[in-house]
Amino acid sequence: MMSYEFMQKSFIMGILIALIVPTIGYFLVLRRQSIIGDTLSHVALSGAAFGMITHIYPVYTATIFSIIAALGIEGLRRKYENYAELSLSIVLSVGVGLASIFISLGNTQGILSYLFGSLALITSKDIIMVVILGILTFMTIMIFYKDLFYITFDEESAYLAGIPVRFVNLIFSILVALTVAISMRIVGVLLISSLMVLPVATSLLITKSFKSGLIYSNIFGIVSVMVGLVLSFYLDLSPGGTIVLTSLSILLLVLLIENIKNNQKINKKDQ
Amino acid sequence: MKKKIVVGKNIEFSYGNNKVLDDVSFHIDEGDFVGIIGPNGSAKSTLLKLMLGLLKPDQGTIELFGERLDKFTDFQKIGYISQNVRDFNQMFPATVEEIIGINISPRKGMFKGLKTEKKVKVEKALKIVGMDKFSKDKIGNLSGGQKQRVFIARALVNNPKVLFMDEPLVGVDQDSQRSFYKLMDVLNKEHGISLVMISHDIGVISKKVNKIFCLSNGKVYCHDSGKCDCSNMLKDIYTDNMSILLHHHDSGQGDG
Repeated sequence: MMSYEFMQKSFIMGILIALIVPTIGYFLVLRRQSIIGDTLSHVALSGAAFGMITHIYPVYTATIFSIIAALGIEGLRRKYENYAELSLSIVLSVGVGLASIFISLGNTQGILSYLFGSLALITSKDIIMVVILGILTFMTIMIFYKDLFYITFDEESAYLAGIPVRFVNLIFSILVALTVAISMRIVGVLLISSLMVLPVATSLLITKSFKSGLIYSNIFGIVSVMVGLVLSFYLDLSPGGTIVLTSLSILLLVLLIENIKNNQKINKKDQ
Repeated sequence: MKKKIVVGKNIEFSYGNNKVLDDVSFHIDEGDFVGIIGPNGSAKSTLLKLMLGLLKPDQGTIELFGERLDKFTDFQKIGYISQNVRDFNQMFPATVEEIIGINISPRKGMFKGLKTEKKVKVEKALKIVGMDKFSKDKIGNLSGGQKQRVFIARALVNNPKVLFMDEPLVGVDQDSQRSFYKLMDVLNKEHGISLVMISHDIGVISKKVNKIFCLSNGKVYCHDSGKCDCSNMLKDIYTDNMSILLHHHDSGQGDG
């Protein structure tokens, strides 16, 4: 399997994505903003379609569209402070609307690979883009880790501790947009938010601390991506689907183990 | 003369067309224990947020420790327990130590744990609130009263001069409330920390504090002594249908 060049590329991209997507997802889930992934991925799809019809590298256009959308969400969120989810619905509608128009304009035959991800179509350009943006995203998360932790826990107290909350939120929004854009090639836009949420959901079942929760999310993400890629190769299925279903299987397995453990504890108490 | 911790002059604040604070002035002195009371929607939390700079007044000025709020940067002097922490997600994955430690060095260091001197600070803060045995526990596994103590410890970890609390006793049982007021007494009298808290329980808080801000119809009525016979004022605020428990204090001066 690893003798194929496209599989080597897939694994390089996969590991990076498995480190970044659940990391971003961890903060999103804890801030109760996990739907942002879905919203931005729909906008990224319209960006990719725009790239295809204008003959610009689709990942570039998807990145730009996602960043604009992320900034738009932040702006609208301030306008609709008490209906924060409204900003997501508005931007999602715009994304789907634009995507359908661009796709109907033609010359977008490869769009399916952006919907569900594809291993065979990964180019060296994709790899370079993912490596650069991936390292940039990961480094930024590391630098702002404590600020993000504080804002995630309590935004008002974070402000009073001297954290530039608006600036950090803005940086984080851009990171989410970048993450969506770089993951769409391998996971597919429709499944990015699943990879943002499922490893985190699994991690929350077993973690006791914030830091270990983040590490568990990454471990579950890496396992999901690795197993998913292998399954995709041998079963000739779309990688996005196999990655997400692997992630779901891990969640169900951990849920089962946790239930058994809890039952054992209850039985011990009863005795 | 006592130092002024917070001074508000001619404050006005509106939500859209609804003016919730109208030409309000007040001050909080060093060593004060201030209770903020008033019916629902009387802008208690708004007033607290204005004092902290979380909201900006439409008119008027607020000074913290003698500095205008927009110039104020010495956030270490302030401890704050918001309503948000009370309603926070029970599944939030963080230990007591992490929650308190984040307040010491929110902007320093990357993905690494607390250094020894910071750990000592965390332990000290936990000891003050009697929670030193729980530093490795997950915050979501603690009871309401225990969580509240952890949040107080988080606010205390930087040795603040003043502690602002937005309804810290909601959802806390009677025993925990008693120990909360004991702790407040220690912080106020022994550690010299000024306290400002919002409460709905007028009967209890009026016995504990030395100054009360009563909010009603956009106004703040401040008083801090037995000189203030506030039965009529409280009836205005809470209407005649409410049973008013009057409160008097031995010393201090009325403010308005």
